[in-house]
Amino acid sequence: MDNKIAAVTMRNITKRFGPVLANDRVWLNIYRGEILALLGENGSGKTTLMNMLSGIYFPDEGEIAIDGKPVVIRSPKDAFELGIGMIHQHFKLVDVLTAAENIVLGLPGKLDLRAAAKKIREICDAYGFDVDPDQKIYDMSVSQKQTVEIVKVLYRGADILILDEPTAVLTPQETDKLFAVLRNMRDAGKAVVIITHKMHEVESLSDRVAILRHGQFIGDMPTKSTNAQEMTNMMVGHPVVLNIERPEPEDPKPRIEVRDLTVRDIEGTLKLDHVSFTAYSGEILGIAGISGCGQKELLESIAGLQPVEAGSIEYIEDDGKREQLLGKDPLAIKEMGVALSFVPEDRLGMGLVANMDLGNNMMLRSYRSGKGVFTNRKAPYKLAHQMVDFLEIVTPSVETPVRRLSGGNVQKVLVGREIANAPSVLLTAYAVRGLDINSSYLIYDTINSQKMRGVAVLYVGEDLDVLLELCDRILVLCGGKVSGIVPGRGAKKRDVGLMMTKLGGNADE
Amino acid sequence: MFDIVSFIPRAVVQGIPLLLGSTGETLTEKSGNLNLGIPGIMYVGGISGVIGSFFYEAGKSAEEMNTALALLIPIACCLLGSLVMGLIYCFLTVTLRANQNVTGLALTTFGVGFGNFFGGSLIKLAGSELPSIILTNTSNIFRRRLPFAESTGVFGKLFLDYGFLAYIAVIIALAVSYMLNRTRMGLHLRAVGESPTTADAAGINVTRYKYMATCIGAMIAGLGGLYYVMDYASGMWSNNAFGDRGWLAIALVIFTVWRPNVGVLASFLFGGLYILHMYIPSGMNLAVKELYKMAPYVVTIVVLVLTSMRNKRENQPPASLGLPYFREER
Amino acid sequence: MNKKTKTPLFHVAKRGALRWYQAWAIRGAAILLALIVCGVVTSLVTGENPFAVYAAIWKGSFGTPRKMWVLLQNIAMLLCVSLAVTPAFRMRCWNLGGEGQALIGALASAACMILLPGKVPNWAILPCMLLCSLAAGAVWAGIPAFFKAKYNTNETLFTLMMNYVATQLVAYYCVVWESPKGSATIGIINSKTELGWFPVVGGQKYLLNILIVAALCVAMHVYLNYTKHGYEIAVVGESERTARYVGIKVERVVIRTMLLSGAICGLAGLLLVAGTNHTLTPTIVDGRGFTAVMVSWLAKFNPVWMIFTSFLLVFLGRGAGEIATKFGLNHSFGDILTGVILFFIIGSEFFINYQIKLTRGAGKEE
Repeated sequence: MDNKIAAVTMRNITKRFGPVLANDRVWLNIYRGEILALLGENGSGKTTLMNMLSGIYFPDEGEIAIDGKPVVIRSPKDAFELGIGMIHQHFKLVDVLTAAENIVLGLPGKLDLRAAAKKIREICDAYGFDVDPDQKIYDMSVSQKQTVEIVKVLYRGADILILDEPTAVLTPQETDKLFAVLRNMRDAGKAVVIITHKMHEVESLSDRVAILRHGQFIGDMPTKSTNAQEMTNMMVGHPVVLNIERPEPEDPKPRIEVRDLTVRDIEGTLKLDHVSFTAYSGEILGIAGISGCGQKELLESIAGLQPVEAGSIEYIEDDGKREQLLGKDPLAIKEMGVALSFVPEDRLGMGLVANMDLGNNMMLRSYRSGKGVFTNRKAPYKLAHQMVDFLEIVTPSVETPVRRLSGGNVQKVLVGREIANAPSVLLTAYAVRGLDINSSYLIYDTINSQKMRGVAVLYVGEDLDVLLELCDRILVLCGGKVSGIVPGRGAKKRDVGLMMTKLGGNADE
Repeated sequence: MFDIVSFIPRAVVQGIPLLLGSTGETLTEKSGNLNLGIPGIMYVGGISGVIGSFFYEAGKSAEEMNTALALLIPIACCLLGSLVMGLIYCFLTVTLRANQNVTGLALTTFGVGFGNFFGGSLIKLAGSELPSIILTNTSNIFRRRLPFAESTGVFGKLFLDYGFLAYIAVIIALAVSYMLNRTRMGLHLRAVGESPTTADAAGINVTRYKYMATCIGAMIAGLGGLYYVMDYASGMWSNNAFGDRGWLAIALVIFTVWRPNVGVLASFLFGGLYILHMYIPSGMNLAVKELYKMAPYVVTIVVLVLTSMRNKRENQPPASLGLPYFREER
Repeated sequence: MNKKTKTPLFHVAKRGALRWYQAWAIRGAAILLALIVCGVVTSLVTGENPFAVYAAIWKGSFGTPRKMWVLLQNIAMLLCVSLAVTPAFRMRCWNLGGEGQALIGALASAACMILLPGKVPNWAILPCMLLCSLAAGAVWAGIPAFFKAKYNTNETLFTLMMNYVATQLVAYYCVVWESPKGSATIGIINSKTELGWFPVVGGQKYLLNILIVAALCVAMHVYLNYTKHGYEIAVVGESERTARYVGIKVERVVIRTMLLSGAICGLAGLLLVAGTNHTLTPTIVDGRGFTAVMVSWLAKFNPVWMIFTSFLLVFLGRGAGEIATKFGLNHSFGDILTGVILFFIIGSEFFINYQIKLTRGAGKEE
């Protein structure tokens, strides 16, 4: 295979975002007539690498060659002209326009939608798509929208296609259909790259797999000559010794009992499918899974922010009294006397108000306290001061808008506020994402101290090493279902990794 | 008795300024700019035309006037005046990303003031001896009817008995409608108004489209002011006579759910509603007249509410209406 | 590549927050620049030297004690409507219906003055007027708010249209209650009995209005910055998702805030009818509902700064009026000057929020 000229050659590509090294001297070849799976954990730099190919980012160092000729790609337009098309996770479509109108958007020349529709049908026939050129985008399902994006790229004559986690939003049936189309494209001599972290997709679809870890290129090989075990090992690397403290839970009692929780999103996609588990006081329950497997919906359901289709979520008090949390909004939950704290994934868009200062953000939880119409402004600012000292928050003052703090300090403000409530349940989503080592450890310590207080902690994380060292038990989600619950002590990283990609984690399923 | 044959032409004549105003505003809003300066722009369009023809007509008798120049000068002045207004709006909202509502209202304050100031002071400023601004000669040229208007009875009265600007207004509305729905330029413009981010990613120059749509829209709206003075008001400018027609034009945009071709008939309907009070049967309480004048606005509100309740996607305002676009804020 | 890649000469970037005095320095410079332009324009039109023009502007506002009282009264009225629309703006809800809400408030007051004497004790008339005007304004704002909360109906366009419905409603009642017959105007209401008129405080006709608005300004400042409601408004305005996350009922806050906004507009109507004009006309609010939008926005929705911005606009308006009188020009000249100054201030916000960076190595091409 290496004797033919690569459609794309990326040499020594390096990209930094501020202090973060997103890609570190990556080499990658992409060939025509082949489906390449680009495999790696979240944050391993897969999307960044491909964005440089499609003209979204410009590499700091390194070269790109198309068919052996060096090129410079400055914009998506440049990429189109070189025959490169990328289908992003977030579709770029105008809702009120038809499929055909979206597909020809931005192209020069006279508008002839009939001719465009004809060409679209030709493309559809050639690859087995099903697109109605006259259908409006807002009438379409997610998978139809994705098809439109793919056709849009093909319409512009792309023969190098990049798909960024295309199956994240699809049902299994839709995924099968997409894969069939991608195979057709490969057979038609196009180069196809699919970014993924799902092992079974790599196995069933790709001809070759390339693996990234922490922004570095780890290796590539024909898919046939490898197996899930080996790929998982390469993807997650060798266990890092972290030395996170893990005290034994003291007197764990059932605190939150979730039964058959089923959630659909607005599009109607099943996000949680009969999820059941119990979280205990004085325990950290880790929730593992590849991104978009229902973690967000699970936490938001418990917090009263997510419409639920079926199931039950019960809060169990120390004396065994049970309270149903389902169907209650955050205020109602609070008024029931359930001290529930939630550190959401979207810190500035949901957990905090970016334009408000530290004190005002502290007030989000406490402004209702006290009688009368006035807010107590002294207490939150006092709290903010304490927090700045206690959590070592770096800020010019407590009157600084939080949007001007660094990511780690923003998270400290959020976590600090949530634990200041003396919660009995603490939900955290990606609590250390984007944080430096010191801030991360501070967050772990804080979470541990909550656990010691007898709080039931739900910790959604993406770093398996951390989950294995921090959590007492780990619930593994796979496609909205519970793949298994394992004790944190003694669990093998490889086993958990397999459970994330396949229900039950059975490698030879 | 209600005389439909005399009512319809009057409704049409009332409707034409609204049609031009709303066509211009629709074009503007399709680019995502909510230009609340339209009332001001229509004043400026009207007075600019008046100023141009005032200086051309001054000291000339009807025979001395060149028909082509008498038409071209006010039209050119009107277009120029409205263009400048459009440019001010674009520069502030697109280039400087200022708040559209505030900019639009300031533009209306300025425009109405500009119109009334020059309307009131032109004679003094020009040192002329005329008692007031009455551009009868120019107006007569604007008001020339089609040749068969007289001889074709009711048909002529309903369809042929208008000045040429009225026909141009209808043609512009249909042309804008065609442009929006059938051409690539229109498609790109709609994409800019719906989702500038997507349009930008597709290689469409968002800034250029916003400028073009808003400036051309302002010029079309300005013509509405010109039609009002030269044709409807027979060349006589009186301050504030144009009234709230500019706001009515904005109401018409909502009423037509952003469709200029619908606007042709809808503007005549609005024109009819606007003058309906003149046709209330005698003997009825005169005060009711004022309630009739409410009709266009009430009808617009009903349409606004119904479209939002039905929530049909085609009938919603352009999704990015009123929001500035800054590429780095994606 | 066959296409040249153009590198732009400069690059616009959002800048970090300026210190408040830096921001005001930029605004001050913009106002200064605008005044120079206005001076030049006026000189061109009138042929006077610019300094005579500025002197005239000054005289227009501070020339005589009477002029100063009128100035203060006008500031108070504009400030009142501006304070009214501000809570809605803080919530990012564009209430452009201040004009109509104030007008309806004025109508309600006038209705009480005309219909109630003889039916209720005289002392009860003013309280009735207050209640009715507040309620009328609130209803006028509440209708768009309800549809905004329930169906997400565009509030900008809805409130805008409500203005003209209010205008015609007032025009209708002006004919119904006309006096003398056939004039289609109401004339001074209760001119003999002075029922429903505000009492004259401290010998100054306008003083009570000014005091009420001053108190309102303080109250609004406190409401927005120190109360639970004010805090909720700020959170909803900044991020609806965060608001829901902490259990704020967004729809309820939208309706409540718009009701308040409308009620205060209604109060402005009461002040106009009972405090100053003692009559009702369809133009009694005099465009303040629209000017208020600019006053509030220029002051960054801060009630205290609004005193200054409403002063600025009223001062310029009256100054320009003085120029017009002095040089025999049309009074609309003031609107032109106001417009020019607004353009400058609106434009200056850009330089507060963004900075222009020259691109290094500009002009390098592939």
